[in-house]
Amino acid sequence: MPVNLLDEPELDSEAKQATWTLNFGPQHPATHTTLRLILELDGERIVKATPHIGYLHSGFEKLGEHLNYNQYVTIVDRKNYISPPMNEVAWHHTVEKLLGVELTPRCQYIRVIIGELGRISDHLLCTGAAALDLGAFTAFLYAFNLREQIYDVYEEMSGYRFHPGYTRVGGVLYDFNDRVLDRIKRVLTSFVKVYSDMSKLLFRNRIFLDRMRGVGKLSKADAIGMSCTGPVARASGVHVDLRKDAPYLAYPEFDFEVPYCEEGDCWARFMVRMEEMKQSVRIIEQAMAKLPSGPVNLPIAEKLNIPDKATTYNSMEGLIQHFELVMPNRGFESPVDEVYAAVEGPNGELGYYLVADGTEFGWRVRTRPPSFIHFSVFPHIIKNHMLADIVAVLGSLSIIAAELDR
Amino acid sequence: MSAAPTTEPAVPSAASEAILTQLNAAIADAAPCVTRFRDNIRIFVAPDRLIEVLTALKEKCGCAFLSELGGADYLKYPGARKGPRFEVHYVLRNLDTMGFVVVKAGVDDPDPTLPSVYGLWPGCDWMEREVFDMYGIRFEGHPDLRRILMPDEFVAFPLRKDYPLRGRGERHNFPRLTREES
Repeated sequence: MPVNLLDEPELDSEAKQATWTLNFGPQHPATHTTLRLILELDGERIVKATPHIGYLHSGFEKLGEHLNYNQYVTIVDRKNYISPPMNEVAWHHTVEKLLGVELTPRCQYIRVIIGELGRISDHLLCTGAAALDLGAFTAFLYAFNLREQIYDVYEEMSGYRFHPGYTRVGGVLYDFNDRVLDRIKRVLTSFVKVYSDMSKLLFRNRIFLDRMRGVGKLSKADAIGMSCTGPVARASGVHVDLRKDAPYLAYPEFDFEVPYCEEGDCWARFMVRMEEMKQSVRIIEQAMAKLPSGPVNLPIAEKLNIPDKATTYNSMEGLIQHFELVMPNRGFESPVDEVYAAVEGPNGELGYYLVADGTEFGWRVRTRPPSFIHFSVFPHIIKNHMLADIVAVLGSLSIIAAELDR
Repeated sequence: MSAAPTTEPAVPSAASEAILTQLNAAIADAAPCVTRFRDNIRIFVAPDRLIEVLTALKEKCGCAFLSELGGADYLKYPGARKGPRFEVHYVLRNLDTMGFVVVKAGVDDPDPTLPSVYGLWPGCDWMEREVFDMYGIRFEGHPDLRRILMPDEFVAFPLRKDYPLRGRGERHNFPRLTREES
């Protein structure tokens, strides 16, 4: 019999008088961005938390109806700005499913690599910031330093450091060159040291352990009922990973494991993320070793992707294709139909419900954002905890405000 | 120009088809209108049978997981589409077999209303609030149907197709809070 978290016991009038209200946010040093919580407190114990979101609402979904499938990649980057490549992979995965095209093997491997780099980058920030919020500053610096090296990879592969905008319909912007591969290797080498440093600093740290263990417990039944996915669900024992269970791209070709826990508290979520980073490194290592040669983009006969400069300037077909895709009243055709596709993002199922109207503009671009759903769980798992536990629970859910509001 | 598929388009997996078979066995005439596209199976249901079908999917077909819930506005949608203006989709997943189906329910102006699935999946809480906020579709039985992304004093529904990209000037008419009165 699953416990219903949502039935809150009514306070008697005497207890109600004793509570007081505290505004946590909209900006708080412990939250990455704008989150506002209205807390009803009994002393320092949280009786009720009411999240208010919408401070960053930028109309990303409305913009999706006015930008074409290639242009919109710059917007999806900004949804989860902690791991932009994964958003790009998710978006173009959906568009390609709509169009019914299959990527070249090299492109699939490249997308796996950048997606997993994004996952490492996201988990580094999440675990590092969890440590920072609970007073362990050094671990955060180590984590952030490695993120810089991942940004170096983005910079080398696309020219942009923070929002690469690297994928295209049917391919990617440029092929990997040797310098990109070198920088990825450097990330993989540094990761070993960073992981070992972080584990030495945190895994046996009494303060850190005591503030994470048993805090913000989420049972397995509630995790399923509340639509949780990703590390949050896996820390509660829901053993589901779309990379394994609904494979996409080249994931079936890699050997990796899906870490999970049963406890469902902040510590479990932290440890699942730490373990997932190691698995991501395993995937990248295999992908680098087996990286197929060949084109990254679909051939121009597909009439989907913008041809590279050499093809554009040196062949008639390339020139025509470039013109057709760039001119505002041209572009490719899509089926008049709709499709839902999801990938395993760093925080969970990252899906798009895409309604197409025959043009290269989406009719409806609905994002299924993991943070949004995990934040709706927050008021239920924070109940009866102390005020100081908020930062531990918020950090362990990895809430990204831009993804909340879209 | 057309996007010619290079390979065979993905077809719904056996696990997804099994859900449909189980649903048809569970309630007669549950899914009179089913379409398949790529690996999606879409089941269109009438709003008054929505809860019945979703309950059957959850309890008899093992779709314990509500993956996603969202709305769409089909005002002036091209093609031969006839039907209600709005549609709300529910993506349900069977966590054991990993099959999934999309259930769609249509509602129309002037008072788009659907029953809330809060009793089945509490996780729909914020997703239904967002559909309400963006499209004005009300969910009957939702315990706390408030605006979630837009401010409370906002009157329009921004993701409707007849709402202009630049807004209607609502932003300029918001009450301004000064430091003294905040």
